[in-house]
Amino acid sequence: MLAELCDLRAVSGNEDAVRNYILDKLTAAQVETRVDTMGNLLVSKGKSKRTPVMLSAHMDEVGLMIMSIEKTGLLKFSPVGGIDSRILPGIRVRIGLNGLPGVIGAKPVHLQKKNEQEKPFDEDSLYIDAGFKNSDEAGKYVSVGNFAAFDSTFTEIGNGFYRGKAFDDRAGCLVLLKLLLENNGLAFNAAFTVQEEIGTRGAAVAAYTLEPEAALVVEATAAADTPGTDKEASGTNLGDGPAISVMDSTIMVSRKMREELAEIAEKASLPYQYRRFTGAGTEGGIIALTRGGVETAVLAIPCRYIHSPHSVMKESDFNVALNLVKGWLEQRQ
Amino acid sequence: MTLKDTLKKLTEAYGPSGEEKEVSSLIIGMVKDNADDIFEDNLGNLFVVKKGKGPKVMISAHMDEIGIIVTHIDENGFLRIAPVGGISPRLLVGQRLRFNSGLIGTVYHEKLKELKELDWSKIYLDIGAENLESATKSVKIGDLACLDQPFKEQREGRYMAKSMDDRAGCAVLVEVINRLNGELPQEACFVFSVQEELGLRGAKTAAYRYEPDFGLAVDVTLVGDTPKAPTMAVSLGKGPAIKVKDSSVLCHPAVRRFMIDIADENCIPYQLEVLTRGGTDAGAIHLTREGVPSGAISIPCRYVHTASEVVDKIDLDYAVTLLEKLLLSTWPGTEGLYSR
Amino acid sequence: MNKENLVGILLELSSTAGVSGDEAAAVKAARSQFSLYTDEVKLDRFGNLIAMKKGEAPPSEKLTLALIAHIDEIGLMVTKIEPGGFLRFTSLGGIDARALPGQAVVVHGKKTVEGVVGATAPHLLSPRDRAKTVPFEKLFIDTGYDDQTLNNYVRVGDTISFIQKPLLLETGKRITGKALDNRAGVAALIFCAAELTGLRHQADLCFIASLQEEVGLRGAITAAYGLKPDLAVAVDVTHGDIPGVDEKKAFKLGDGPALGMGPNFHPPLSLAMQQTAKEYNLPFQVEPIPAHSGTDAWAFQVSREGIPTALLSIPLRYMHTTVELLDIDDLISGGRLLARLAARMNKSYLGELRGC
Repeated sequence: MLAELCDLRAVSGNEDAVRNYILDKLTAAQVETRVDTMGNLLVSKGKSKRTPVMLSAHMDEVGLMIMSIEKTGLLKFSPVGGIDSRILPGIRVRIGLNGLPGVIGAKPVHLQKKNEQEKPFDEDSLYIDAGFKNSDEAGKYVSVGNFAAFDSTFTEIGNGFYRGKAFDDRAGCLVLLKLLLENNGLAFNAAFTVQEEIGTRGAAVAAYTLEPEAALVVEATAAADTPGTDKEASGTNLGDGPAISVMDSTIMVSRKMREELAEIAEKASLPYQYRRFTGAGTEGGIIALTRGGVETAVLAIPCRYIHSPHSVMKESDFNVALNLVKGWLEQRQ
Repeated sequence: MTLKDTLKKLTEAYGPSGEEKEVSSLIIGMVKDNADDIFEDNLGNLFVVKKGKGPKVMISAHMDEIGIIVTHIDENGFLRIAPVGGISPRLLVGQRLRFNSGLIGTVYHEKLKELKELDWSKIYLDIGAENLESATKSVKIGDLACLDQPFKEQREGRYMAKSMDDRAGCAVLVEVINRLNGELPQEACFVFSVQEELGLRGAKTAAYRYEPDFGLAVDVTLVGDTPKAPTMAVSLGKGPAIKVKDSSVLCHPAVRRFMIDIADENCIPYQLEVLTRGGTDAGAIHLTREGVPSGAISIPCRYVHTASEVVDKIDLDYAVTLLEKLLLSTWPGTEGLYSR
Repeated sequence: MNKENLVGILLELSSTAGVSGDEAAAVKAARSQFSLYTDEVKLDRFGNLIAMKKGEAPPSEKLTLALIAHIDEIGLMVTKIEPGGFLRFTSLGGIDARALPGQAVVVHGKKTVEGVVGATAPHLLSPRDRAKTVPFEKLFIDTGYDDQTLNNYVRVGDTISFIQKPLLLETGKRITGKALDNRAGVAALIFCAAELTGLRHQADLCFIASLQEEVGLRGAITAAYGLKPDLAVAVDVTHGDIPGVDEKKAFKLGDGPALGMGPNFHPPLSLAMQQTAKEYNLPFQVEPIPAHSGTDAWAFQVSREGIPTALLSIPLRYMHTTVELLDIDDLISGGRLLARLAARMNKSYLGELRGC
């Protein structure tokens, strides 16, 4: 299912494909669902005397938006969400709902002056080439405002690793989906949210609607356990288990709640790590500050080369995360 | 307890954003005999209510202070840290930091070619541990620490301490709570808020919960009376400032006018404050629900967000008087407040 | 309402002062116009101007469409009164310090005081200094008063607005002036309200002139929460075509309003606007916006349990200067489009939109 989820295209604001996929699975299992005006998919599972806790994972991924069609038929774009424009030259993308293929072109190395190569490409000098002769032809297939997503296929690599796009946060979506489909007797609310990558927009509305007392955000987070990076700067490591956040740019996680998670992991002998950087934001922030305040924590699956067409994550981290979230739910029944 | 004693106790307490418990316990002890109701919320905001008829006024001062968080512990027992709130790594070098457990560390930097290179990735915290194992016995990733400096009276009436921002505001609220007796013309809810330094977070949920008709923040502000300071018409010792603007709020004109009138009537010296950077709890309060007309009393403070923040007794005393008089006066109705 | 009336309203709105946090005069001017075409006009707790126009729908079919345009303009605020009668200031909203020297301004103190943003004469500057921008904190306003007199009239925190009489250009189609961002939007709402007096509509309409948009969409945040509309359309300005500006970021003056597309907007509502424009032969352009639209729509969309929101923008050149310039026809087609959208809105149409 992770392969299917990750290969779907759902740039922020255009999450239909992922939502429909999840909806189909849930409908088939006769789980009741609702979709709000933002496009968040909200699901209540089980019955409980306590106010059910909320799990959240976002359906959207970073991508591009077509901003204009040049006379030459080339397409100008802007990023949707945080993308390092240095990764863009030479990648393939899929445009619009039909997934029209295109490539991001750049001036070949032969034609560059020596000093040009030292600097990254300026975003304005990049464009998508989908093979159109001119703007008239392009206009038949593409509209301004269309989304373009990274074009890559989920693959298993090495020993227990996955490569693909959008682990951030389809991995989180799958954790929630599995817990919803399982016959586990747990009661909780799940929010599959939209527009996280452009400012945690969906979560704001979902948390307001669900009014939870406690929430757990299931995310993917950056790992830099790679050559050339000092150990203290790796953020998280693949294979060390899911990362419990202590703080990010949007939230100071309550000590009580993160210790609760660590304790559950220790009791069940599940490996875990702390997220060893405090930058970047998650839905945790906006959920924690909803209405009169919500006790909130963030659990993240480490992921290398996040926000690129080919991220790498480890199967075992996902499985542990699933068990840890389940353990937390059991405790909160 | 004198205001100075309150201030000493509060500024010497540990309370970086997210871990304000020690401060809130101290405050509860100081005000519990004079409150009609005291409670805390999910985030740790402390509410102290004085009952009254009529509209509800929320007065907020934040308990949290800037600090650091541990992000990594290396084999030799040195800690890597990240900021909690707006704190400069340069100001930390050579400073002592204190953990909740009482453990003390000092900050230094790796070898640098130029001081310019100094950023968070280049500094570390030495807690005297021999190695990773001994370090992890006393510190965990995610632990917070605050600056460690005692309260000092520089000269009579000139106080220096860490976390004047905003324990000075907390001290003003404590003093006013203990001075007010009897029924007020409107209900006053004193909120000692959390996580202000991380983006006015506590005040946001507190205001949502309390649903005030008016909001007031009591916080410190920057001054323009030091050598080649940025242009700012606020000085130490000339009375509290009535805020007009900062980057989080344009104070409600009617609330500001009301504050000025009360100050004038009671011969309280005040200054007007336009702060070009930084925000305060009023920023969060005034955008709550359908909007809450809000203002702020600011205590002029030098060297904000350093280990040696300086305030003046005159400003504190008059801030207390101004807040007390404001709460004893009947607030204007909310209808038609906006016209000039 | 004919074109001349609309021009007259816009000229009046543009010449009125109303910087963020001090919008009273502009609100008053707009209020008198809205009261001609709506049932009830009031201010909410934040000070936003709310004009309600009741629809014909029976109680069971009630729904509310909010049309929102911010009425505040960028401006300045006094930070210090310097010896010699000079004022230091900071900005309210995003202002390019390079466009300030030489501007005529008015300080809204106890007494209104006119002044000019001073600049050192080029003769006295070295060529190197002339090539540099004067930073904000070095700029000052010269009022012509000595500081003692000035202290009686002006206090720290007083707002400052620009003096610029708006002008209808020779062709009779284009207007230049200050604060067209976003008095143009407000004028479009007034025009829309006037159009609707000749149309039938089911939905309750709520016209909002919001405050403090330029300092962070603040009025919209509270208005959206307080009014809880079923749908909202924000009306603001967008960049007009200027030489040297990337084409993908600018829109042609006179080719109709720009309708926003992107995550900030409810796709079916945006499409309904486009559809309505096509049906009534009203020109429009499509504005793709990848994330934050920088308008009140951003605040409305995520209020409470979410509000389906769309954006209509009037192309405008030289934004945030005192020579903003727009085409009056864009305002007319924008106002008409809003009126037609409002007139067709009812519970079942809303259901269709929401069902998408």
